[in-house]
Amino acid sequence: MPTAKPTDDNLVSRAWPCVTDIAAEAASGTVTATENVKKALQIIADKNPDIQAIITTTEERALQRALAIDAAIKNGESAGRLAGVPFIAKDNMLAFGADTTAASNMLAGFDAPYQATVIERLEAEGAICVAKANLDAFAHGASTENSDFGVTKNPHDTSTVAGGSSGGSAASVAAGMAPFALGTDTGGSIRQPASFCGVVGYKPTYGLNSRFGVVAMASSTDTIGVLAQSIDDVAIVNDVISGVDPSDGTTINRDTVTYTDYSTSLKGKKIGVIKEYFPKELDPVVAQDVSRHIDKLTELGAEITEVTLPSVAAALATYYIIVPAEVSSNLARHDGQRFQFSAETPSSLQDSYVRSRSEGFGAEAKRRIMMGAHVLSSGYYDAYYNKALLVRTKLIQEFDAVLQDVDFLIGPVAPNPAFKIGENEDPVSMYLQDILTVSVNLTGMPAVSLPLGTTPDGLPIGTQLMAQRNDDRALFGAAQALMEASA
Amino acid sequence: MADDTYLVDGYLPTIGIECHVQLRTATKLFGVMSNDARGAEPNTLVDQVCFGLPGALPVLNEEAVRRAAQAAFALNTTPQPFSKFDRKHYFYPDLPKGYQISQFEEPIILGGSIDIVQEDGTTKTVNITRAHLEEDAGKSTHPAGGDYSLVDLNRAGTPLLEIVSEPEMHSAHEAKAFAHELWLRMKFADVSDVDLYQGNMRFDVNVSVSKNPEELGTRSETKNLNSFKSVEKAVNYEIARQIQLLEQGEAIVQETRGWVDDKQKTVSQRSKEDAHDYRYFPDPDIPPIVLSEEYIADVASSVPDMPDVWRGRLGALGVERATIETLLEARVDVDEQILDCIVAAGSDARVKTYANWIVNIEVPLRKERAQQSKAIDVTPERRTSVYDGVALLIEADKLSSNNAKSLIVELLSTDTLPADFEAHAQSKGYIQMSDSSAIESIVQEVLDANPQAVTDVQNGEQKAIGFLVGQVMKVSKGTANPALAKEIITKLIA
Repeated sequence: MPTAKPTDDNLVSRAWPCVTDIAAEAASGTVTATENVKKALQIIADKNPDIQAIITTTEERALQRALAIDAAIKNGESAGRLAGVPFIAKDNMLAFGADTTAASNMLAGFDAPYQATVIERLEAEGAICVAKANLDAFAHGASTENSDFGVTKNPHDTSTVAGGSSGGSAASVAAGMAPFALGTDTGGSIRQPASFCGVVGYKPTYGLNSRFGVVAMASSTDTIGVLAQSIDDVAIVNDVISGVDPSDGTTINRDTVTYTDYSTSLKGKKIGVIKEYFPKELDPVVAQDVSRHIDKLTELGAEITEVTLPSVAAALATYYIIVPAEVSSNLARHDGQRFQFSAETPSSLQDSYVRSRSEGFGAEAKRRIMMGAHVLSSGYYDAYYNKALLVRTKLIQEFDAVLQDVDFLIGPVAPNPAFKIGENEDPVSMYLQDILTVSVNLTGMPAVSLPLGTTPDGLPIGTQLMAQRNDDRALFGAAQALMEASA
Repeated sequence: MADDTYLVDGYLPTIGIECHVQLRTATKLFGVMSNDARGAEPNTLVDQVCFGLPGALPVLNEEAVRRAAQAAFALNTTPQPFSKFDRKHYFYPDLPKGYQISQFEEPIILGGSIDIVQEDGTTKTVNITRAHLEEDAGKSTHPAGGDYSLVDLNRAGTPLLEIVSEPEMHSAHEAKAFAHELWLRMKFADVSDVDLYQGNMRFDVNVSVSKNPEELGTRSETKNLNSFKSVEKAVNYEIARQIQLLEQGEAIVQETRGWVDDKQKTVSQRSKEDAHDYRYFPDPDIPPIVLSEEYIADVASSVPDMPDVWRGRLGALGVERATIETLLEARVDVDEQILDCIVAAGSDARVKTYANWIVNIEVPLRKERAQQSKAIDVTPERRTSVYDGVALLIEADKLSSNNAKSLIVELLSTDTLPADFEAHAQSKGYIQMSDSSAIESIVQEVLDANPQAVTDVQNGEQKAIGFLVGQVMKVSKGTANPALAKEIITKLIA
């Protein structure tokens, strides 16, 4: 595999103004929605052959929407807070204008008859989906190598992975294909690729953003979040998509205050450094980088304190029981009977089920279905699934107790910077990528990956900030303060 | 009843019943699609949720929760303050998601009981184990000779309450009585429309027999019975079948059976060896149901009186037991408010009269009209006006019972009631002749025409008076007051 040196060619660190400026320019007619969409499509056309961040563009529909928005603006109508802002959606989100594949042959060719709530809400404010981003099939993976539509490359070094499963979303933003992208984070799938690709990756409080219309991975930990170049862009997008959705019974009330209205003052704030987030396996380069930013927090007037969360050691094992259990259940509907992949000429109903699922799913989906079915099966439920629920409860209690004393938690995002394509072929070594991210998925807390550092080779290193459930706005403030201090 | 009266050839039958009750809701258990699949073209009441499309999520229908809470009171208990949903996994084409959403570990109803009326009129309490909310599957049909099956998902997601009884019944009659009592209660409490023809209630009967009353035998489960009669027949068939097998030295297989009405027998469908591991686990898409004390109290106050209360009330008013049961059924399958007029009747005579009118006039009339798709709607106010108005005319000796029936039928079916009932009845020729002189001339005419009967009366044959009264009624076209006619006949002959 050719090793590309870190090159600015693949990186358009500021290809786009901030989201509010794009919308303001579209509203004033300085730069039209159509110009924005054409620009995004052009960058995709130029870079995607190398990066493979995109599965399909929604070119026709995107241009139509842009024309309509420009026409509305000309007529003096309000076109919304995100008027003319192009964005890219992870391809496990149902959207019009292109197939929704979840990067699996199982769902290839699926023309969604309805749109995800988050897409609907963005469109209602004038944003325009221009493309569907690559991912690990059904969001199973941490490198976007497990896609039936090609491996996404890290724009910083195309011999390395973009991370995953929202690798396409992270790489597309890093490559300047759009000012922001939507991703999903079930165990780190936004934060880890954001860390690898050098963008901001935000995983919201569980339930803050509707899961309706997003191909389910694990219902109790799936979250829909934003990848962008800045906290401000993340915050305004979150302001548009968040809040109760009548179509998702697990959604919660959003903040009553606009998410962009945050405080960056860290004076007197207590920030906990999680001891268990610095295990011996952690790449020293990552450890050093994150420690450097922790020191910055002291300069900003925050009080740093080390905290210990013993159950974090069991978080990954817990996650890999609960999540496959839910995966095995959520993927049951892909049975070859009603939509998309169905085995040819089945000899019986049983044969149709067995072959449709055997041929349609990839190895990783099948592995997780088998693990999940096992831990839920009679005789093993108590030994695995129920125990995992107990550990999850314990984990939540430990985090809650610590967050009584501190405002935010800090640590690395991933144990290492982007690794080489093909380097982690063993499933367990791939699962270990999630070791520092899964805890907040199990507890429902919000977290961000901030692109604060780089390796000597120029690969990005993310720093993870975490907060108590529903403290998303405060988290943005702390993140912004740290971004400014580390700039 | 003593246990030995239950014995069949020395075996004690034991029966437990599971009943799926379709809840009366506008929409499905977890979505916005209509719940009324009657007459709908296949797969027209289906959206992404019912179809199990990727990304679709279940959102709990609060109306279904309310109905289930009402059911708790109909089962003499209260709903659980905390309950939750689980997923039950199996693959079948009419189960779109690959799992059914049900309540496995923490159902909305735990415990409860209902009293059933036995053949001898005594009551027996049957305990309820639990009742849980779940969604129905779709409908599969397998065309004869075809190499395909058809799936209709209109019914997929229909809200059901599955009520499970303790195995405490010991005869087909008790099983039938339980099913019937459940039917009454689910309607009285407004839980379900309880239309058996539409499958609103489906019964599964678990039957076993044992020579040792301390120990249950191996049971069979006969599923999807949709009438009280089939419950009774299936139980009787299973008791006989199982005893015959045991007498032949064979073992009973634990299995699922179906009732074949054409053949009047049960047939094996699935043995326990085929039983699935359903891999139940809590559904992470649906937050638990948490009912506050205020909510439960509010439901409690909204649930109307149950059949046993009505039995007591109507019995105290002097209505006969058999009539009461017919009236309770009328409240279920004709009109929920039909019994109110009896309670408000005002006198013992009217109580009996109104009960009689409901059973013999209004119920047959309305059932007949409903069958002809000309259903009539009778408001409680209209019923009270009609019944009271007609009763007044009868009490004033102005209306015969035959004419009363004609008048009631007419007034229940017309849109506007006459302002003056008597004038209206008069115009229809229903009013009894109570004018002595007018009746006397008819009586005279009848006596002249029937000299033999007159002689018979004079010879003390009382039957002949009846004959003569009948003749007077005939000549007067039913308008003569029969009591007055008899009086005049006696007077003239004497």
